[in-house]
Amino acid sequence: MALSKLSSSSSLSTNILKPLTNSFLLHRPISTDTTPLTIETSVPFTSHQCEAPSRSVETTPKELLSFFRQMATMRRMEIAADSLYKAKLVRGFCHLYDGQEAVAIGMEAGITKKDSIITAYRDHCTFLGRGGTLLEVFSELMGRKDGCSHGKGGSMHFYKKDSGFYGGHGIVGAQIPLGCGLAFAQKYSKDETVTFALYGDGAANQGQLFEALNIAALWDLPAILVCENNHYGMGTAEWRAAKSPSYYKRGDYVPGLKVDGMDALAVKQACKFAKEHALKNGPMILEMDTYRYHGHSMSDPGSTYRTRDEISGVRQERDPIERIRKLILAHDLATEKELKDIEKEVRKEVDDAIAKAKESPMPEPSELFTNVYVKGYGVEIVLMSHVRESLALKYC
Amino acid sequence: MASGLRRFVGSLSRRNLSTACANKQLIQQHDGGVGSGKSLNLYSAINQALHIALETDPRAYVFGEDVGFGGVFRCTTGLADRFGKSRVFNTPLCEQGIVGFAIGLAAMGNRAIAEIQFADYIFPAFDQIVNEAAKFRYRSGNQFNCGGLTVRAPYGAVGHGGHYHSQSPEAFFCHVPGLKVVIPRSPRQAKGLLLSCIRDPNPVVFFEPKWLYRLSVEEVPEDDYMLPLSEAEVIREGSDITLVGWGAQLSIMEQACLDAEKEGISCELIDLKTLIPWDKETVEASVRKTGRLLISHEAPVTGGFGAEISASILERCFLRLEAPVARVCGLDTPFPLVFEPFYMPTKNKASCLESFKVPAQHCCMNLTAHGS
Repeated sequence: MALSKLSSSSSLSTNILKPLTNSFLLHRPISTDTTPLTIETSVPFTSHQCEAPSRSVETTPKELLSFFRQMATMRRMEIAADSLYKAKLVRGFCHLYDGQEAVAIGMEAGITKKDSIITAYRDHCTFLGRGGTLLEVFSELMGRKDGCSHGKGGSMHFYKKDSGFYGGHGIVGAQIPLGCGLAFAQKYSKDETVTFALYGDGAANQGQLFEALNIAALWDLPAILVCENNHYGMGTAEWRAAKSPSYYKRGDYVPGLKVDGMDALAVKQACKFAKEHALKNGPMILEMDTYRYHGHSMSDPGSTYRTRDEISGVRQERDPIERIRKLILAHDLATEKELKDIEKEVRKEVDDAIAKAKESPMPEPSELFTNVYVKGYGVEIVLMSHVRESLALKYC
Repeated sequence: MASGLRRFVGSLSRRNLSTACANKQLIQQHDGGVGSGKSLNLYSAINQALHIALETDPRAYVFGEDVGFGGVFRCTTGLADRFGKSRVFNTPLCEQGIVGFAIGLAAMGNRAIAEIQFADYIFPAFDQIVNEAAKFRYRSGNQFNCGGLTVRAPYGAVGHGGHYHSQSPEAFFCHVPGLKVVIPRSPRQAKGLLLSCIRDPNPVVFFEPKWLYRLSVEEVPEDDYMLPLSEAEVIREGSDITLVGWGAQLSIMEQACLDAEKEGISCELIDLKTLIPWDKETVEASVRKTGRLLISHEAPVTGGFGAEISASILERCFLRLEAPVARVCGLDTPFPLVFEPFYMPTKNKASCLESFKVPAQHCCMNLTAHGS
């Protein structure tokens, strides 16, 4: 309480000082301001088999500024990954998240790191949201030792065990039953945690989703199935692939909520709501209405099955970063210049991380044979016998 | 004809994937004008085969993820425009559904040509292929079958595909009586074999070497022709050792043969083409002649189809063998991301001289010759 008083008075003082000098503005303690703010979501939630949560979302200047910085980082990171891929420094397949940042950010704001998250292969930003670093991201992308999976996973296989990020899965929809399995374990551990299992609108048509959903509902598992609906399953528009593109309703007996996935605050509210619901009543589906600016993967220009106008329309009207920028400016929490400066800082952080990642060594060649089985169970020795001789010749 | 042949050989694939010896055989198999073909890459040859399949059978259908737009490898380009959306269409991302529906379609007497976007994605459909498609005829006492079913899937390494865009899962399907598994090595082979698979009265899994989609180029006859299934082909004659492989691996083996030739070792190279039911006789006849056998595939060595060939030839040619059968295959690890060059059964692993003189197991994995 005392803290909030203090910060509100400091924000007051900055307001008073505002007209005086621009250079002073740079030093106002804006990003630590925790005065509660209430902001209405862009559109109402649409619910299925449940009461929708309130549109009024509690936030703080600090949170909004951190949303801005994190999303700007994610955006910059993905653009950089695109360039690295085109420069052939990133091998393997690469799926970019730019446009969808509000989902990763909002979700983290509504839950804790004790909750688990599992997703598919568009995983860079989800990993960053869980507390991963840019260095780990770029190192992993380039298959280096300092990567979050020690360079063995690549773009599609990011993991972060200490904050419950279960990755990073390559096969469309295969992570959903796995996520329900995590929730199954959480039900036993009784530590009031939940699992968010993310999948796309393309994966929503996989049979295993429905199999997992039935079991999760049958056993009241604290699983939240998050459909990140970016409206295209690879190159196929949702309406061409789904009889009902109302993914939040497709759980039938499982409650669902449709959320503006371009509005980080709406996502936060929905995830908070879903967590409470899941702990009490079992699974829930959240459909995040979002958009990816890039194609499905690097081999997809992303412009053959949708118009450029559509993409630029979303950029102009619904961009998640621009939405937060407008909010910050409207509430006078920072100046345009300050936000530009943040973006500059972010750009530098990304560039620095790339430079550092490029210096990170490749994994040892022997790593090719590790982690296939548990060490010491005898199997690895059998594996190695094929190549022991030649490896010994080469490396000893 | 001879000059036509030479021209043909000269224009073969940029990867030196020679069909040299094949020409004689091919001409026998294919009466249409061999020299009249256009130079095509592998995906265009597949595309041509699909055009012909749809053209010649009004009850043929092509479907899979994104095939309506031409597919990720462009194999289905132009099909939807030509034959309409009721015969060439996109499906949801649902492999089990794609194959299940294809089986049902085929069971009603249609030709269902289903595409699984990458062979790595075929496993959700594994149950449908193994338990439903393969056994339909047997368990119904021949009342029903899904012989019109062909499942196409790009397989194998591509240089940078990582864990889930590089696998070679053919051996899983070779364990299933009732299925046929076919893998072409070049554009001309791809067209003729695919048409045979589509028209074969049994369910077929047709794996396409994605590395060769653009890289492999040769003259492909424009007309409708079929190449026989379950017939291996000696694509290079030799007397000292027999090499057996399929798909993209053959171009690697071809290079190994050339390297060995410089050392005075004469290699006979066989393209198996159909993995089940496979042509044991051709391989046996060759091994009886050479006394040595080396098998090479990209899939991990343990439990790979090379093991089956090795066992069968050992049974048939035990007294004739002058050395243990050698296998130069992928390593027993998941398909790696950054260490793909180590994993791959490269020509240096295969052409390591000892493995030709004494094809013993320790020579199979000569990493020293490679990877530096």
